[in-house]
Amino acid sequence: MTLNLFYFLSFVAIFSALLVVFSKSPVYSVLYLIITFFSIAGHYVILNAQFLAVVHVIVYAGAIMVLFLYVIMLLNLNKESEPHKSNLLKFAAAICSGLLMIVLVGSLKGTEVLVQQAPSDIGLVKNLGKVLFTDFLLPFEIASILLLAAMVGAVMLGKSDKPGDNKIHVKQ
Amino acid sequence: MIPIDYYLWLSAALFTIGVLGVLFRRNAIIIFMCIELMLNAVNLIMVAFSTYLNDASGQVFVFFIMAVAAAEVAVGLAILIMMYRNTQTTDINVLNRLKW
Amino acid sequence: MVDIKVLIALVPILPLIGFLLVALNTKRFVQGVTSIIACGSVLASFGISLSLFILLLNAPEGTQYTVTLFDWINAGSFSSSVSFLIDPLSSLMLLIITGVGFLIHVYSIGYMHHDEGYNRFFSYLNLFVFFMLLLVMGSNYLLMFVGWEGVGLCSYLLIGFWFKNQDYNNAANKAFIMNRIGDLGLVLGVILIFVNFGSLQYTDVFANAMTKDTQTLTLITVLLFIGAMGKSAQIPLYTWLPDAMAGPTPVSALIHAATMVTAGIYMVARNNILYTLSPIALELVLYTGLITAVFAATIAVAQNDIKKVLAYSTVSQLGLMFVALGLGSYSTGIFHMATHAFFKALLFLCAGSVIHALSNEQDIRRMGGLRKYLPITFFTFLIGVLAISGIPPFAGFFSKDEILANAFSHSYLVWGVAAFASLLTSFYMFRLFFLTFYGTERAWEKAMSHIHESPASITIPLSVLAVLSFAGGFMGVPESLGGSHWLSEFLTPVFSQSLSIVQHHHLDHATEYMLMATIVGLTIVTIVIAYVIYVSKKSVPTPESEKLNPVHNIVYKKYLIDEIYHALIVRPLYALSHAFDIFIERLGIDRIVNGMGDSVQEGSKTLRLLQNGGIGFYIFAMVIGIIVLLTLTVLI
Repeated sequence: MTLNLFYFLSFVAIFSALLVVFSKSPVYSVLYLIITFFSIAGHYVILNAQFLAVVHVIVYAGAIMVLFLYVIMLLNLNKESEPHKSNLLKFAAAICSGLLMIVLVGSLKGTEVLVQQAPSDIGLVKNLGKVLFTDFLLPFEIASILLLAAMVGAVMLGKSDKPGDNKIHVKQ
Repeated sequence: MIPIDYYLWLSAALFTIGVLGVLFRRNAIIIFMCIELMLNAVNLIMVAFSTYLNDASGQVFVFFIMAVAAAEVAVGLAILIMMYRNTQTTDINVLNRLKW
Repeated sequence: MVDIKVLIALVPILPLIGFLLVALNTKRFVQGVTSIIACGSVLASFGISLSLFILLLNAPEGTQYTVTLFDWINAGSFSSSVSFLIDPLSSLMLLIITGVGFLIHVYSIGYMHHDEGYNRFFSYLNLFVFFMLLLVMGSNYLLMFVGWEGVGLCSYLLIGFWFKNQDYNNAANKAFIMNRIGDLGLVLGVILIFVNFGSLQYTDVFANAMTKDTQTLTLITVLLFIGAMGKSAQIPLYTWLPDAMAGPTPVSALIHAATMVTAGIYMVARNNILYTLSPIALELVLYTGLITAVFAATIAVAQNDIKKVLAYSTVSQLGLMFVALGLGSYSTGIFHMATHAFFKALLFLCAGSVIHALSNEQDIRRMGGLRKYLPITFFTFLIGVLAISGIPPFAGFFSKDEILANAFSHSYLVWGVAAFASLLTSFYMFRLFFLTFYGTERAWEKAMSHIHESPASITIPLSVLAVLSFAGGFMGVPESLGGSHWLSEFLTPVFSQSLSIVQHHHLDHATEYMLMATIVGLTIVTIVIAYVIYVSKKSVPTPESEKLNPVHNIVYKKYLIDEIYHALIVRPLYALSHAFDIFIERLGIDRIVNGMGDSVQEGSKTLRLLQNGGIGFYIFAMVIGIIVLLTLTVLI
């Protein structure tokens, strides 16, 4: 049963990832990416990493993708204004990533197969929290400073030099 | 149970699709999204290994990756908006001054 | 008493100090200071050589003094030290070199008085004396070779002394290059000696000479003789000597008559044991000397430059010396070398005096009737010419007669050819003498108006050398004439080993008297013939404008040997080096060197295009890089 679930979720993830790359409109890409994130969250649940699954949905699908959508709508990107690469470059890109896939798969050849011994409990909130606040306390606190820096940076970058320049010029 | 290499292949596939997207598209935002896709592929495999090896540090690492990814998106989009302000487009090939 | 080691070491060091002092101060010293330093150093060396000679005379027979100054090379199995050897042969050479050298130094004071390179000249002369002394005093082959090369260098410097004339530079080049060709043989011989004997010291080599097989020894001696061919101007490496007359006359006297060209003779005499053990090499020496003697004599008959005649005469006389050595009578060769040094230096210096008097006129067709203007020169020149012709009791008679006597006991053919060469010698020398000093005055007006006898600094050396040319033969009076042949007795320890191996048949006195009488008689006949042609009939050599009959033309043009060398050797070498220049140098090496620079430039031009600024392209490159790295990690 778990295996079928795994197959289903993998299929959804890969299919929507491909659609992210190949859809013409940016908004559609964002939506497909959200679907991908949800399927990956499903994978997390299969792996019994419950805390991460929820955090994944909240942070990624809830915050980051929303941010993307805001920016896209702010810049008013749509299907016609999308720049395209030449066909040769697209072909080369496809070959390249195919090669990368082959190399990654090739490097995995001959590795031993791990089978899950027993359903582990480390993904539960309580256990993960225990580890997080004892062994990894320092990175945890520093991550908050990182977020502070990102916030400040984003605000600074978003400000404009000239007054009244916060308006985005809309192409007619 | 599900052997680990299934997860490895899934993660490799997602990562490759992310790379494909980065190479394929010229819109900066789409490229950004594909980078997020790559990050997620890595997250997935780390959680898988953490579960299979019964080590919590994998999941903690994923936690921090998410935090960093969020920060990165915030700053990155801010830069992108600045770029749009100056060049009126999101085409990455416009920024070609970093050459000889 | 001063330690003998110091004395021996001082002999070459004094001229070296003289050279250094003068050479470092060529712009500062006045002529007087230079003269005193240069002549003084050689005079001091002469004094020390004289005392060493007297020491050897009084010492029991067979003594030799060896002085080691310092260890020079110590590399693995090869070690060599700077050490000097004073035995009868080298002390005799020391006397000749320093004595004649000193006289020529004094001569140069007067001769080069008007030359602006006066100081440079004396520095070179001193350097030459130093190297020549090294050559004869060295007790191993390495030091001899150092001296050998050094005198070649000084010869080059002095021949090309008036360097502003390109012809003189070419002559200097020719001398040096031909010497080098000979030196190749010498070096190979020395290397073979080291390979076979394991040491380069004379004592080691000569003591073990008998243990080696004839073939090795023959090869070694032939190679050494090739070096002598170059240095002592035998066929085929003789053409540099007539051209070397481009240098000032004292140079011709010192280097190309008395000392440097005798280096080959000294070398063969020093290695006499090796030569005695290789009869084939000895034959080579004999016949090379013989052919050279007669060949050069025939050329000299047709020459019109006073110094060229003397140059060919030197080549011819050197050939006679090699004949003596080749016959196994080494002391005879040394004897003739000594007497030749006296009268040839005298002849050259007289020629210099004539040239100086006539304001640098060297063509004998433009001389004549100088007898009354240059009496001292005339008289000393006469003595020199008599000596070289072999008229008794002058020096040349005794030495030449000894050579002819030894030749006669070897084979009639050798005697005949050597006698013919001697007769030719007397003929062309007297031709020179008569045309210069007798007859009508053919010199230019301008030259005749300035004519004057030379100053004392020139005439005194002439007189001293004239006395030596007269009396020098008395050191080797043979028994047939009642003498004890002091010289060969003195040199016996050097040649004793050779003499014990090969016995010489001595002619009985009757044959000797007959030979002497024949030769002297024929010589006098030749002189009379010359007198008749050039004084009674007053015939003058053909002026330049007229054409000569074909035989005369060829002989005058030195049998076209220079032209043959030029066509056979020089031109192909030039063509070869030109080909090398084009193919290897320009197309090969230059291409490689420039190509490296160009390829770097082209490569960087191409690589530069990678940085086109496009972000998409950069990302592409990153992905490709990752793929390559991963592949390498997986593969390796």
